[in-house]
Amino acid sequence: MTLLLFLEQVLNGLQSGVMLFLTAAGLTLVFGVMGLINLAHGSLYMIGAFAAAAIAAATGSFTLAIIAALTAAAAAGALVEMVVIRRLYTRDHLDQVLATFALILIFSEATRWVFGSFPLYLDIPDALSGSVRLPGGIEYPRYRLALIAVGLTLAAGLFFLISRTRLGIQIRAGESDREMIAALGVNISKLYTLVFALGAALAGFAGALVGAIQSVQVGMGEPVLILAFVVIVIGGIGSIKGALVGAVLVGLTDTLGGVLLPEALRLFMAPSDAAAVGSALASMLIYLLMAVVLIWRPHGLYGMRA
Amino acid sequence: MISEKLLNGALIAGLLLVVLHAHLTDAPFTITLATKVAILAVAGVGLNIALGLGGLVSLGHAAFFGIGGYAMGILASHAQSYVPLMQSPVLIEGTKSMPVIWLVALLASALAALLIGALSLRTSGVYFIMITLAFAQMFYYFAISWPAYGGEDGLSIYVRNGFPGLNTLDPIQYFLVCFGVLVLALLVSFRLRTSPFGLALNAARQSTARVQAIGQNPFRLRLTAFVISGAITGLAGALFADLNRFVSPTMFSWQTSGEIMVFVILGGVGRVMGPLAGAALFILLEHLLGGVSDYWHIYLGALLLGVVLFARGGLVGVLTEGRSGDD
Repeated sequence: MTLLLFLEQVLNGLQSGVMLFLTAAGLTLVFGVMGLINLAHGSLYMIGAFAAAAIAAATGSFTLAIIAALTAAAAAGALVEMVVIRRLYTRDHLDQVLATFALILIFSEATRWVFGSFPLYLDIPDALSGSVRLPGGIEYPRYRLALIAVGLTLAAGLFFLISRTRLGIQIRAGESDREMIAALGVNISKLYTLVFALGAALAGFAGALVGAIQSVQVGMGEPVLILAFVVIVIGGIGSIKGALVGAVLVGLTDTLGGVLLPEALRLFMAPSDAAAVGSALASMLIYLLMAVVLIWRPHGLYGMRA
Repeated sequence: MISEKLLNGALIAGLLLVVLHAHLTDAPFTITLATKVAILAVAGVGLNIALGLGGLVSLGHAAFFGIGGYAMGILASHAQSYVPLMQSPVLIEGTKSMPVIWLVALLASALAALLIGALSLRTSGVYFIMITLAFAQMFYYFAISWPAYGGEDGLSIYVRNGFPGLNTLDPIQYFLVCFGVLVLALLVSFRLRTSPFGLALNAARQSTARVQAIGQNPFRLRLTAFVISGAITGLAGALFADLNRFVSPTMFSWQTSGEIMVFVILGGVGRVMGPLAGAALFILLEHLLGGVSDYWHIYLGALLLGVVLFARGGLVGVLTEGRSGDD
């Protein structure tokens, strides 16, 4: 394995990490502020991707597709919050798990009903297709590089939002004492809807961006949701910083493990065995990473006691 | 409203009557459906020990269900191809004998539950839910990428495994085998509730600090419950694989975890017969609604949402109006 190939894989890992962050950030924010575990977050990711694919097919514009993804996911998020989720804040986690599991069933089947079971495809815009030559001579796809940039920019924006703006202060206050900020005149239920819609928009945005490299299909959200859970367990619930660190760690471990592990096993195994065993073990790596973090820090790298 | 005891008796009698009627009118498909109900109920009984008694919201019981399934698939496929499982240091051959397969399924899933439980019980609440779900997903991906036993395509077993003295290929006889296991699992679950262990576990669910104060170790109580729970669900996995004569990574999927939980909830958490009521309702809905619409999951989702939001206590709870519940 050459150094160039290795660096390329590091970039791939970073790219999948920042996209994972967008999904995990909403999830951790919703848990931190409302104390709600939302399994249907993956459905919002899927809704974003489908909205983008449908609008791109109708108009041919990638920009419009992205706007559609953001709008559709945020609207679906706000609607679901007002109709269902709102009733779950005071319930225990079991009720939240079941109700949001029911939402997955409804969203997935409704999407299958409207769009059918076949995957849709979303094309990369012309301006971002092709590849660029990076310093050191790596040819890297322009689109993936753009994803890294967009993801990091959004992460920075989110940090700014949480730590510097009025909304961010309200969100952090909501995390620590809900009654107190309600008493201070903040409209809690509006704040909750807003936070939920924000998380949904981030997930839908990630779904649309990733949908252009993978296919857009029913059930695409749940593997991402479970990965986002791993990210949150590693990073610590409620921590945006933890979500970013966890997401990049998971992205890098997953990508590099898939490439390096078979290579390493080839040193003392037949190549075909090494490929099989390596890929099987690589699929377990991120969960082993999670297990190690759990043993070392049961509440995640940046988490407080839940 | 009726008493829970009467309802429990009616459920068992109802299942037997349906099968008897199907047997007399020669409707093997109905018997197969009833067998599925019995097996899924066993899986639910397993989860209910962790969920209802221990308060452990495990969203990863597909891991144990799948391990039980693969225990059957691996042993039977080696017996089928006459290739030993292991030659050195000891010769281990495959088997087509159900009791042996069950024992392996129980042990393997208990071991997995011990490992997963020891790690995930270090945390609680929402962490526990996410971690159990993640570990089940690990098994799912492992089963997909491990080519030796079919990978993504799964494993087919041509002839159902044998039980001494019975012809398991006869639907009614296999139903009786599964029904017997269900009755045993229900008895275990019932005995556990009233045993000193079950009482301590239930107490730990309600107040960890108090249980600690009287000298019990909540972690050990929960881990024991999780292992028993995983082992029973693993046994159900072996039975399920034998019913279909097929195992695939789907048994490990998060949907399977969710569905096992749905059986328990539809029936009523922490109620001995809840999983049977829930599994029966689930299969009935799948059969009835599946005939009406290809998109029957929408109705299932709406029903589940309704139960969670408005009918806490599930089917058994609604019919007995909350009598003799846990809380």
